[in-house]
Amino acid sequence: MKIDWAALGSVFGVSLVATVVLVGLFTLGIVGLTKQEEAAARGGSAALARTGAYACFGLCLAAVAYGIYLIVV
Amino acid sequence: MEHITLLLAIVVVTALVFDFTNGFHDTANAMATTISTGALKPKTAVAMSAVLNLIGAFLSVEVAKTISGGIINEEGIRTEVIFAALVGAILWNLLTWLLGLPSSSSHALFGGLIGAAVMSAGWAAVNGSTIVTKVLIPAVAAPLVAGLAAMFAAKLTYRINANPEAKATAKGYRAGQIASAGLVSLAHGTNDAQKTMGIITLALVTQGVVAPGSNPPLWVVVSAGVAIALGTYLGGWRIIRTMGKGLTDLQPQQGFAAQTSAATVILASSHLGFSLSTTQSCSGAVMGAGLGRKGGVVRWSTATRMFVAWGLTLPAAGLVGAGAEFLTKQGPWGIAAVAVLLVAGSAVIWSLSRRKPVDHHNVTADDLDAADAEPAGVVTTAIAAVTPPPAGSVAAVTDEDLKATILTPAPTDPTAPPAPAAKV
Repeated sequence: MKIDWAALGSVFGVSLVATVVLVGLFTLGIVGLTKQEEAAARGGSAALARTGAYACFGLCLAAVAYGIYLIVV
Repeated sequence: MEHITLLLAIVVVTALVFDFTNGFHDTANAMATTISTGALKPKTAVAMSAVLNLIGAFLSVEVAKTISGGIINEEGIRTEVIFAALVGAILWNLLTWLLGLPSSSSHALFGGLIGAAVMSAGWAAVNGSTIVTKVLIPAVAAPLVAGLAAMFAAKLTYRINANPEAKATAKGYRAGQIASAGLVSLAHGTNDAQKTMGIITLALVTQGVVAPGSNPPLWVVVSAGVAIALGTYLGGWRIIRTMGKGLTDLQPQQGFAAQTSAATVILASSHLGFSLSTTQSCSGAVMGAGLGRKGGVVRWSTATRMFVAWGLTLPAAGLVGAGAEFLTKQGPWGIAAVAVLLVAGSAVIWSLSRRKPVDHHNVTADDLDAADAEPAGVVTTAIAAVTPPPAGSVAAVTDEDLKATILTPAPTDPTAPPAPAAKV
């Protein structure tokens, strides 16, 4: 019996890292938008927070696109 | 020749029925958390999942070359064996749906194939070590991998996000959940509809209708995609309820973490060469996310019932498959008998399910905005009422039900089946 521990290990590692990174990025994006929302409520603006948020969401979107690419190919 | 064509027709229809049960059994994987956290309304969620399953079925032309991935020796496999295997898989899928337990449709199919192949050609037809590497180890690994990933992700997202009450937060997690649920649906359509196409194509090859190694005809692709999409749209509400509400109480943050973990694990596993069950990954992810919140609890009694069902999937579907193959070996009347028993068994399970129907109205006992108003006790009680409580007795009940379903002549009139079979 040959168990492909290497493949199992890489699935484990990749899944763990990718999930945590993605969720982390997304949460940062949400935090950024929240900051911007608060700033707007105070009448100011938080351009940096908003740009950062969009960058985070952009990266997440890229990950989703890569996921679709993996499914199709 | 007449009889052979009829057999082929029966196998094709049965494969599509399996595809259909696969669809409604696995809707929960993609949409349970999305529905229970209120990111999408139940009907919208299943409709979206159905469409993505349909699209997924057309996305890839890489049809599964082997239907069992080497677990059984498929050379010279007889059409009757495929039929018997499908019967075992369908009945197990329906039974676990009745009990509201998420279990792997692929494992049910493997179980049916193993049982039927052993009955047909003896134990030599089964590759024991492949069962360990393709079924047993993944069954342990999938929930662990997905669960740990979801747990850390949920912990992280709670730690980073200081202000969970903000409007941007609610909207954000909603969008995130929908996106990752969409990915799971798409991947499911591609993988599982392919499996049915593979089965039908194999049956066509064994009957000499198409040349070996050829791509499935267009009608196979279309019908497999439509069957899985219809099944998904019907919605396995019982399983959705168990996954979305029964295992743990999910907040949007956790739902997002769980769904992202599930999507990642499914894609990573299928592309790094260690295939993990979608259902088991998703269930594990939900439990992990449940543990990832401070004060979050996993209802281990429900989880235990689910684990028991996972353990029983292979042997139970195998027993039914073996029984069915024993009958089909007796000749045309045996095949007819199995077909009648399948319809009758499905009808019985369906009528049992009507006693305590679960549909999109009560799938989340606390639908829409009342999310926090509903005391958890009500939900737990409702679930306890639907599924037989003690884990130990599930095994017994299951076996009795299975035997009753298979062996006794059905009390229901098989010519007027309200079974899912009739809907395809």
